[in-house]
Amino acid sequence: MTDANLLMNTTLLAGAILLENGAEIARVEDTMQRIATNAGYPDAQVFVLLTGITISLPTVAASQVRAIHQRGMDLEKVDQVNTLSRRYADHEIDLPAFATALAHVNQAVPTFPLSWLLVAALIVSVTLMVAFTGHATIIDLTTCAVAGVVGFAAFFGINRIGRIRFLSEFVGAFLIGLVTLISFWLSHGHLHPDAIIIGAVMPLVPGVAITNAVRDTMTGNLLSGPARAIEAILSACAIGLGIALTSIFY
Amino acid sequence: MLHWLFTIGLLQTILAYLATAAFGVLLNIPRRALNLSGWVGAAGWLTYEALYQLLPTTIDIKLAIGNLVAAVVIGVFSGLAAHYKRMPMIIFNIPSLVPLVPGGQSYRVVRNLVTGHPAIANQYLAQVVIIAGVIAIGFLLAEFINRLLWQLSHS
Repeated sequence: MTDANLLMNTTLLAGAILLENGAEIARVEDTMQRIATNAGYPDAQVFVLLTGITISLPTVAASQVRAIHQRGMDLEKVDQVNTLSRRYADHEIDLPAFATALAHVNQAVPTFPLSWLLVAALIVSVTLMVAFTGHATIIDLTTCAVAGVVGFAAFFGINRIGRIRFLSEFVGAFLIGLVTLISFWLSHGHLHPDAIIIGAVMPLVPGVAITNAVRDTMTGNLLSGPARAIEAILSACAIGLGIALTSIFY
Repeated sequence: MLHWLFTIGLLQTILAYLATAAFGVLLNIPRRALNLSGWVGAAGWLTYEALYQLLPTTIDIKLAIGNLVAAVVIGVFSGLAAHYKRMPMIIFNIPSLVPLVPGGQSYRVVRNLVTGHPAIANQYLAQVVIIAGVIAIGFLLAEFINRLLWQLSHS
């Protein structure tokens, strides 16, 4: 038996990092349950929602809650929590060391530099435009590359500064539409705006979120799955509105 | 079919590899997983494209069957990759989904609703529901296959 308070804090932190960085509900519950079992509390009750986590230990009559406000995608953190939990299960590290390492994961993980992210946004936009539509004239390719990079840069920048939800998607999509519109005028209509836009919005659209919503619902999380779907629908609305504002001009 | 495989099929595979690896960078997956997740994504997209060429049916059924099989392929390959690299599966299957997921369709639903084309919006909405549902079922099937493979390799 280990210190119950430390165990609950560590378990909640591990669950929170997973949930805030894109893991499904079932994975979060599974990881938290494993940590509690390995610490000597196999009867621990773990209750995970999209917006908050609860753990309670019946044997010592204690429970704790943690609210989750921000959700994003950072799979490096998911991997590190997974590695740490595996090392804890193998008794390579003890609970205090596990707790310290987790706090470190939340503050500092390796990230890609901004230049890499912009190049990645460019590649995603251009390759998917060609893969989906087959249009690959030089003007389509360059417009799509510029629009994809500008849109993602705006999305990323606004997320960094303000954390105002859905505004970043809206502004990113609006700029994509604007770049396409300017290019449409400059080239006197010799390009495929629909193809360019569908490529350039790919770094922003909530496709993974929609799929995860269905997967969460199918594993029996009847509250968290639909909640995730609402989040995805709102960001699809922000993007659709941003594009629609510029698309009325052609 | 063979001709298709060595021309458009090859091109689509390379495009999907690049798109998946680049999307992996956007999701900040560990660097040592980038290459492998790119290949998982390429395998999934090639499966989808090949089925799309072969199936002699309407577009909705093509979407459903193509995405279902592609999701199974991605799920199984992600499971193998995760086992090989000792990393969680989510690192391989989330970036690999990028060419398949109904992100583009979901934005088109809203765009067509706003610009006054509800009929087109309805079509895309149906596609979003079909694709998202079918990918989820495909992942369930893949999980089942992964467990079978696991039991076979340990008996």
